[in-house]
Amino acid sequence: MTIPQVNVNGRWLALSDIPVHTTLLDFVRDSGLTGSKEGCAEGECGACAVLVAQPGITTPTEWVAVNACLLPAASVDGQEVITAEGLGRADALHPVQEAMAVRGGSQCGYCTPGFVCGMAAEYYRADRDCTHAGQDHGPNGFDLHALSGNLCRCTGYRPIRDAAYSLGTPPAEDPLATRRDEPAAAPVATEVTRDGRTYLRPRTLPDALRVLAEQPETAPVAGCTDWGVGVNIHGRRADRVLAIDRLAELRELEVHADAIEIGAALSLTEIERKLDGSVPLLAELFPQFASRLIRNRATLGGNLGNGSPIGDASAALLALGAEVLLMDSAGRRTVPLADYFTGYRESVLRPGELITSIRIPLPLAPVTAFHKIAKRRFDDISSVAIGFALDITGGVVRRAHIGLGGVAATPLRAYATEAALLDRPWTADTVAAAQQVLRAEGTPMDDHRASARYRAAMLGQSLAKLHAETTEGAVG
Amino acid sequence: MSALSERPENPSVGVAIPHESASAHVSGLAKYTDDLAGRAQGTLHAYPVQVPHAHARITALRTEPALAVPGVVRVLTAADVPGVNDSGIHHDEPLFPDEVMFYGHAVCWVLGESLEAARLGAAAVEVDVEPLPALITVPEAIAAGSFQGGRPVMTRGDVDAGFAASAHVFEGEFEFAGQEHFYLETHAALAQVDENDQIFVQSSTQHPTETQEIVAHVLGLRSHEVTVQCLRMGGGFGGKEMQPHGFAAIAALGAVLTGRPVRVRLSRLQDMTMSGKRHGFHSRWRVGFDAEGRLQALDATLTADGGWSLDLSAPVLSRALCHIDNAYYLPHVRVQGFIARTNKTSSTAFRGFGGPQGMLVIEDILGRCAPLLGIDPITLQRRNFYADGQTTPYGQPVNQMTRLTTAWDQVISNGDISARQREIAAFNATHPHTKRALAMTPVKFGISFNLTAFNQAGALVHIYKDGSVLINHGGTEMGQGLHTKMLQVAATALGVPLSTVRLAPTRTDKVPNTSATAASVGSDINGGAVKNACDQLRQRLHEVAATRLGAHAHDVRIVDGVARALGSNQTLEWNELVKAAYWQRVQLSAAGFYRTEGLHWNAETFQGTPFKYFGHGVAAAEVEVDGFTGAYRTRRVDIVHDVGDSLSPLVDIGQIEGGFVQGAGWLTLEDLRWDAKTGRLLTQTPSTYKLPSFSEMPEVFNVSLLADVPEDGVVYGSKASGEVPLMLAFCVREALRQAAAAFGPVGTSVELASPATPEAVYWALDTARNRSDVAAYG
Ligand SMILES: Cc1cc2nc3c(=O)[nH]c(=O)nc-3n(C[C@H](O)[C@H](O)[C@H](O)COP(=O)(O)OP(=O)(O)OC[C@H]3O[C@@H](n4cnc5c(N)ncnc54)[C@H](O)[C@@H]3O)c2cc1C
Ligand code: FES
Ligand code: FES
Repeated sequence: MTIPQVNVNGRWLALSDIPVHTTLLDFVRDSGLTGSKEGCAEGECGACAVLVAQPGITTPTEWVAVNACLLPAASVDGQEVITAEGLGRADALHPVQEAMAVRGGSQCGYCTPGFVCGMAAEYYRADRDCTHAGQDHGPNGFDLHALSGNLCRCTGYRPIRDAAYSLGTPPAEDPLATRRDEPAAAPVATEVTRDGRTYLRPRTLPDALRVLAEQPETAPVAGCTDWGVGVNIHGRRADRVLAIDRLAELRELEVHADAIEIGAALSLTEIERKLDGSVPLLAELFPQFASRLIRNRATLGGNLGNGSPIGDASAALLALGAEVLLMDSAGRRTVPLADYFTGYRESVLRPGELITSIRIPLPLAPVTAFHKIAKRRFDDISSVAIGFALDITGGVVRRAHIGLGGVAATPLRAYATEAALLDRPWTADTVAAAQQVLRAEGTPMDDHRASARYRAAMLGQSLAKLHAETTEGAVG
Repeated sequence: MSALSERPENPSVGVAIPHESASAHVSGLAKYTDDLAGRAQGTLHAYPVQVPHAHARITALRTEPALAVPGVVRVLTAADVPGVNDSGIHHDEPLFPDEVMFYGHAVCWVLGESLEAARLGAAAVEVDVEPLPALITVPEAIAAGSFQGGRPVMTRGDVDAGFAASAHVFEGEFEFAGQEHFYLETHAALAQVDENDQIFVQSSTQHPTETQEIVAHVLGLRSHEVTVQCLRMGGGFGGKEMQPHGFAAIAALGAVLTGRPVRVRLSRLQDMTMSGKRHGFHSRWRVGFDAEGRLQALDATLTADGGWSLDLSAPVLSRALCHIDNAYYLPHVRVQGFIARTNKTSSTAFRGFGGPQGMLVIEDILGRCAPLLGIDPITLQRRNFYADGQTTPYGQPVNQMTRLTTAWDQVISNGDISARQREIAAFNATHPHTKRALAMTPVKFGISFNLTAFNQAGALVHIYKDGSVLINHGGTEMGQGLHTKMLQVAATALGVPLSTVRLAPTRTDKVPNTSATAASVGSDINGGAVKNACDQLRQRLHEVAATRLGAHAHDVRIVDGVARALGSNQTLEWNELVKAAYWQRVQLSAAGFYRTEGLHWNAETFQGTPFKYFGHGVAAAEVEVDGFTGAYRTRRVDIVHDVGDSLSPLVDIGQIEGGFVQGAGWLTLEDLRWDAKTGRLLTQTPSTYKLPSFSEMPEVFNVSLLADVPEDGVVYGSKASGEVPLMLAFCVREALRQAAAAFGPVGTSVELASPATPEAVYWALDTARNRSDVAAYG
């Protein structure tokens, strides 16, 4: 194994002598690049955003913006990272920096390097084009959701939006643009040990499963969007961290005749772009899931692996009737997602076992919707999440799958409501009756996100909204 | 126009230029306090020991276990304080308390070789406590009679007679939340003992002088032994006016005791659980209107949630009382104020400083009463505007109402308000599940520190022999563009290009005895001081130029770095002029000073003229509300603002937009939730405390500055822009109220919680909907 190192702004820096839980943010700051800032250390503000060269979908390499505060520094072994300092200099600004500066996109400037990196990622997105102009998109195809994970307390965002919407396309000689045409660095095996703790990136899935079998207390991590929050905010530490996010075996997306199988370690952004709208329920979910920065790292394996009762993916996948494929060194098994969760943050997942993929059966139900109830439209955690997958033929409900998040200790299927809809005409009366049932599903709680009363009301309202949407055309 | 307000030929002020640090911001090169930590050798990291009790007496504090943690160097406790164990100015905020006053109160600090070591050390410290009864909510504090500070009363006329003469009298109660500053940069300080045995503290502070004073008194030193520097802040918003002192004192104490640089930088969680926030208020009111809806009498009691210590609560409360009128004439008034003492973080300054809270009360009253009076809210507001010549309840004459009415009319015409109201009515008639509404807000906001003595400022300007200019002033930069404006003022006053002038970071050894950069007056008072220093230098240079140009000094003009005499073509370059001055032994350095004239205030009678002038603005907001969930969007906002003759239009527009969105965040989204039993802040990180993101930006956002309104008696005719726009956001809240009401029958009066979260809006519209039979779904 070679010495772990990362290329930051064109310079190779050794990763060998850092505590295993050092974040990429602290690492670059300690190296003297203090442009990247910490505003929260939990993936919420984007002040820490940096660019990482990753294997791309439309070009061999893509510049992907990530939250450096959540990533272990060791996870970027062998990769290229660009920070705001690496994009341009004060006397030779990058086009993104120039646009932000002249349009008043910075006031206190603390959020700015992160915005600049998020904006640069979108600037270099090869499939950004003006045909996508419209809601939340600029005339240059700039998707404002690219900045949904960046907070600014000073500007009110308008000048930042205008800067984003003013960007052209990168000139041919732009080094970061040409870099896209070469392959990204291949995954390397990594081992960093210090103070009795180890960060390990195995080369293959069998290697990973062997480590997990031999040392069951090993913490597997994928996108680290959850893991990193634990490390930074809750002081979580592990003697052995095992990175699975670059294992090729977990990064396939295959469409079969009877199912779509999604690798557990693909990022949500990758899934969104590979599916390209072919699963409408997921297409509706993704923009509402966290922020682009988080989606660039977050995986379905991690979303199910953490067993959170408010995981948005669960509500959608339950509605889609998904199955979870599990594997350990002894073998593999398949579990319906509806049977996967066993209690608050508990699942059937055994020590040493990994989720390898999620299988969505085909054909898809024709009527689907994902309703997320939250305080903020961009990047908020659901107080209630509801996934619907209905088959309404001839005005009668022929199939109904409803997944719920945020209303019980685990995500759950709304079986009683499904029964109240099944084989009944899709009418206001049926819906009104089913609303009563849906409102009583789960055991919603009072907390700082929402009252139990509101959660229950939102369950009922979601069905009414779906009915209105399907029967009245555009809702209004 | 006074000499202070007049602009010379071709001035730098008034030009729309980007922030002076914009290039450094975007390229990641702009340094903030904690960015310096890595430059110092052997820096120690400080970590607080926070106690999880709302109120408790400490019976034992065992620090030895922390010292056993590898990498822990020292634990700072009360016993280490050589001076006064106090981090505030009222001697009610011990730096190391023996009584825990709020959940998360830091009782001691651990210094470690790494942050990790300090963190583990802090976790090892053992604190025994005896829990004491705690008061968490304001109603609890009111019931228990738990108050602090004074109890001001503002009166005018005879409220009883006013009510007797009223055709309509309404009464109500309204409790509304505070707000977390959420400056992107958390509190930070870096202290070291310098090569001359002086204490040098880099601090993210809006009030370097007070930070210096607190550090000195904690260390038992005099002010001349302590220097505080603030490079720039990653946002302040009032949260770094009083709050940084203790953190700076911890760093300084650690540096003195260990001889090593000490860094304090709060994590977001620590910042949110330890530092003060905007005051939430409770209000109880009774209001009288005549038959046409003219306000006759207002009797109100405002209780500010002060938290555990007094901090700035007294002046915040004064400003709240002084702004309960907003733009409306109240003939008979009686408003009493209280400051509740609760076991929560100590509420502090936040953009608007009580003004927004006072105004929220009256705007809420008008919003609730308009349907009851059967008058459209915009008409009701306009009908109650002051007329020039009337006075505020505290006795200050109001004489710029034409500016407010002009802005009001411009918003109505630029915003196409009547046509859009018709469109909205048509939309609502055909959309059972979605409603839109449009509301307007006028703002009249007093500019000056309520405490007269604070209205002074200093500056130091050097011209070097090579012609370059260095300015220092007492104000701090937190993103509001003060330094940009000060560069423009200096360039204008000296008659040189902007590139000739450089600004050095704010330091207490350059300009002493400064006031906080607060109350929106940063550019007014520091601009006055910078201009004063530059004017002295310029006068001296005019004398030098006069001899060279063979003219009288009065006839010399320096424009764009070239001196000329009136009516002559002969020129003298700036650099030549400066060199000549040096050889003639003319002093090329000057200290400037400014004091705001004409202010007086009697806190006892609550009467006087506390404000130099009023800032004005008008906004209109249109929202759309989803009847299924209460979720909403801000479709369009139009603003016309009076910033006088703007010193820096890009900066001012940025302040207006940013202030508006921040105000909208306070009123709609930002939800401080405290556990009523334990006193723990439940929304203590941004995963649960949501501030506006791109999704809250108004989809259409038109901001313009009122034209041709130079302000006499203020630097280059400008006016403050920092705080005023925050209050414009009331129109978002009022539009949400009206949209919720639109789900019910005409004339429905809606009570709306603040913040008006989607859930709050849902309950408001659900209540309205249940008053009619239009509900399609149960
Ligand atoms: C700012 C922010 C916003 C967020 N918003 C949302 C949101 O809107 N909706 C939502 O649902 N979630 C949200 N999350 C939570 C989080 O992003 C998701 O749960 C994400 O999918 C986790 O994926 P990951 O790959 O990053 O997991 P990691 O952090 O790498 O791992 C999380 C856990 O899952 C386990 N794990 C990971 N992969 C596997 C696997 N293949 N097999 C078995 N176990 C595995 C790990 O051991 C670990 O315990 C948010 C998080 C943040 C920080
Ligand atoms: S520091 Fe806030 S997202 Fe990373
Ligand atoms: S410019 Fe201050 S937070 Fe964005």
